[in-house]
Amino acid sequence: MRLEPKPASSLAASILYPLGALLATFVIAGLLVMAAGANPISVFGLVLKGAAGSQFAILETLTRATPLIFTGLAVAVAFRAKLWNIGAEAQLYIGATVTVILGTGALPLPAIVLIPLLMLAALLCGALLLAGPAWLKIRFGVDEVVTTLLLNFIVLLFVSMLLEGVLKDPMSLGWPQSAKVITEAQLPRIIAGKRLHYGFVIAVALAIALWFVMKKTVLGYEMRAVGHNAGAARFLGMPVNGIVMKTALLSGGIAALGGFSEVAGLKGNLTLDLSPGFGYTGIVVAMLAMLNPIGVIFSAIFVAGIFVGAAAMSRAAGVPSYIADVIVATSLLTMVTAIMLSRYRIRWR
Amino acid sequence: MSTNIPALRLTSITKRFGPLTANDTISFDVNQGEVIALLGENGAGKTTLMNILFGHYVADEGSVEVFGQTLPPGDPKAALAAGVGMVHQHFTLADNMTVLDNIALGTQSLFRPRLDRAAAKAKIAGLAQDFGLSVKPDALVADLSVGERQRVEILKALYRDARVLILDEPTAVLTPTETDALFKTLKLLVAKGLSIIFISHKLHEVMAASDRVLVLRAGKLSGERRTVDTNRRELAELMVGREITPPAVPAVPRGRVLFELSGVSTVRQAHGTPLKQANLILHGGQITGVAGVSGNGQAALAGLVAGTETPSAGTVTVNGNAISGWSPRAALAAGIARVPEDRHSQGAVADMSVMENVIAEHYRDARFSRSGLLDWAAARKFTQSIIEDYNVKCPSPDARIRLLSGGNMQKLILGRALDPDPSVILANQPSRGLDVGAVAYVHQKLLEARSRGAAILLISEDLEELLALSDRIVVISEGHLSRPSARGELTVRQIGEMMAGHEAA
Repeated sequence: MRLEPKPASSLAASILYPLGALLATFVIAGLLVMAAGANPISVFGLVLKGAAGSQFAILETLTRATPLIFTGLAVAVAFRAKLWNIGAEAQLYIGATVTVILGTGALPLPAIVLIPLLMLAALLCGALLLAGPAWLKIRFGVDEVVTTLLLNFIVLLFVSMLLEGVLKDPMSLGWPQSAKVITEAQLPRIIAGKRLHYGFVIAVALAIALWFVMKKTVLGYEMRAVGHNAGAARFLGMPVNGIVMKTALLSGGIAALGGFSEVAGLKGNLTLDLSPGFGYTGIVVAMLAMLNPIGVIFSAIFVAGIFVGAAAMSRAAGVPSYIADVIVATSLLTMVTAIMLSRYRIRWR
Repeated sequence: MSTNIPALRLTSITKRFGPLTANDTISFDVNQGEVIALLGENGAGKTTLMNILFGHYVADEGSVEVFGQTLPPGDPKAALAAGVGMVHQHFTLADNMTVLDNIALGTQSLFRPRLDRAAAKAKIAGLAQDFGLSVKPDALVADLSVGERQRVEILKALYRDARVLILDEPTAVLTPTETDALFKTLKLLVAKGLSIIFISHKLHEVMAASDRVLVLRAGKLSGERRTVDTNRRELAELMVGREITPPAVPAVPRGRVLFELSGVSTVRQAHGTPLKQANLILHGGQITGVAGVSGNGQAALAGLVAGTETPSAGTVTVNGNAISGWSPRAALAAGIARVPEDRHSQGAVADMSVMENVIAEHYRDARFSRSGLLDWAAARKFTQSIIEDYNVKCPSPDARIRLLSGGNMQKLILGRALDPDPSVILANQPSRGLDVGAVAYVHQKLLEARSRGAAILLISEDLEELLALSDRIVVISEGHLSRPSARGELTVRQIGEMMAGHEAA
């Protein structure tokens, strides 16, 4: 079996291949559903209903998508320049931690000043957290996959230490959780009484801004060139190390904003279960979107919908909600395969 | 009549890669004791054909017979067993092993506890004696010269009792003297009844070494001649499909010194030899050719001009200013145009568009960007002008540059480098891998830049190219640059000796 590059991919192919991938995903997941003794059609119907069947379901899906847009964008930006940031989870937690440190009354400021200040603080801390691995990569060639991945555990244990110590809410009855942020530090809800908050709007705006950066700016152009071929970029006179560092600062900052958004928009305080792996799922989101910032919005909503829908389905049909993990993981594999097939033709012999 | 069985017979071999037909119904015989030259431009299908013959590729149609036996397709082991041996252009030797081990590698069962070195050594010594292939069996391959390594490769094939030997561009890495030695060996081999296929695109070698010439053009066999019945001119026309004329080199007054190395040394990089105490002066309106066997410091020299390498000793002067803080960006700012050796790894970002590649050296200029925003409209206009001015065949400025042929990609790189008018031009292997038409175009553009007063450093492994274009030639050998000699001052033979490390008498 050999792969031969196709000369060019048509528009029809660029639509049909992802749809085929989606179809394959549901066929594969359907087999598992059948193994669990349920009817795949009705199960997927329940997933769809749970994800988008009512105003509540839609708002819940979008709420769940919000942190995934942030981490998805962080990963998409970094991966575009071939900076393998696996540490969005840690950056998100750092953003959340800074938000509670400064937002629980330390800065008595009006919301209009405090919220931008908290965002800036989260951005800076996330950026600094990824600057370390980026520097090690530039200076000593240390593999950032290892350093960013390990930082996830270091940061999570660090947060755990803070929550058992200085950040522990005295009113928490012993639970490792921080105090709630003050009202001025909270992002307002988009619809009063519902959970969807303005973090979603910030995330979408950020996606559009990043699309612009990648397409229209010198930095985006340099990032793409470095990602495709760092050797050529260096020969052509691009400051490759500086570009890698800028990419790291941008990516880390974006992921940290996701942590700010979760605390200030939804949870109000910091706990160790703030993120059920949003940083890791962000990798899937970015890959499904083929690293396109606008695509990240949609892939995040898709992934969030699967998780939210599967939880609802599980209650109704008795199929474990872990099927959501299977669907998301399978969709990544089928999508990657579809991308490959849209670029290469398989020749047997 | 057994003598009438050809050593090798190819019958209507056809191989397609997508829309490209690399080999189109090619048939020919190779007789015992014959040297066949397979001549063709880059991309004519020579290597594909040999890969089919050796079983690396499977032909879509056609068959290969060795001494009357049809080879099973796609099975290099069967080809080896039938007595087909191949010496690749890029050697396939293990550097950290001895000559003996390299030759014997793979010839004995893995389950044999140990190699019978004495027998192997005796066999190698016999072969070396018979064919003038002197090697030291216990030397490490890493310590051998390129010519010696090639002898090891040939011995490796003979050790496996090859009856048909394929040599892919065997002279590309050799000095003229080593080439002569190789040709002597070939004569000895055919005298013993071996058949040889010798792939080349150099006409004078084909004329010197072969009995019969097969010419490939665009995947088809465009001609077959007995070497004694033909001449270089006819072969060139068969190869290219039309008449070719050498470039006219107009007289241009020598300008002032635009680039100078004095006593420059570089640090050893992962690749190649560093420069040692090199002196070089480039004048405006002159092409300075650098001759040398690949890997003798050309990369370091090119890097110094291009800005990717910094001197560890000595001074580099550009336009009268000694450089400091040298980098690709500084080189560009100093008005140096760079045509790199490797289009794919340095000259272009293959997966980006033609337009994105064309502005890659100058995207920070005010004409393409303002306050961090790129002006894609200006970039598109500039790209279109390059496409038109340089006659580039490409579907659109938005096409990925990977889809372009080598010649068209080189035209774009040249167009990018020559605008705005540079004072110094580095042309490192500018015609490597290009067809004759594209080569002529590149030469014409370099000569035009010379007429405009640019100082051009032309690094090439093609002596004919160097002799045709250069006002002066320097020879590089083990990191040392020779004194420059004017056009016509040295013969090819003298240059060859200097390439091998001997000072000209």
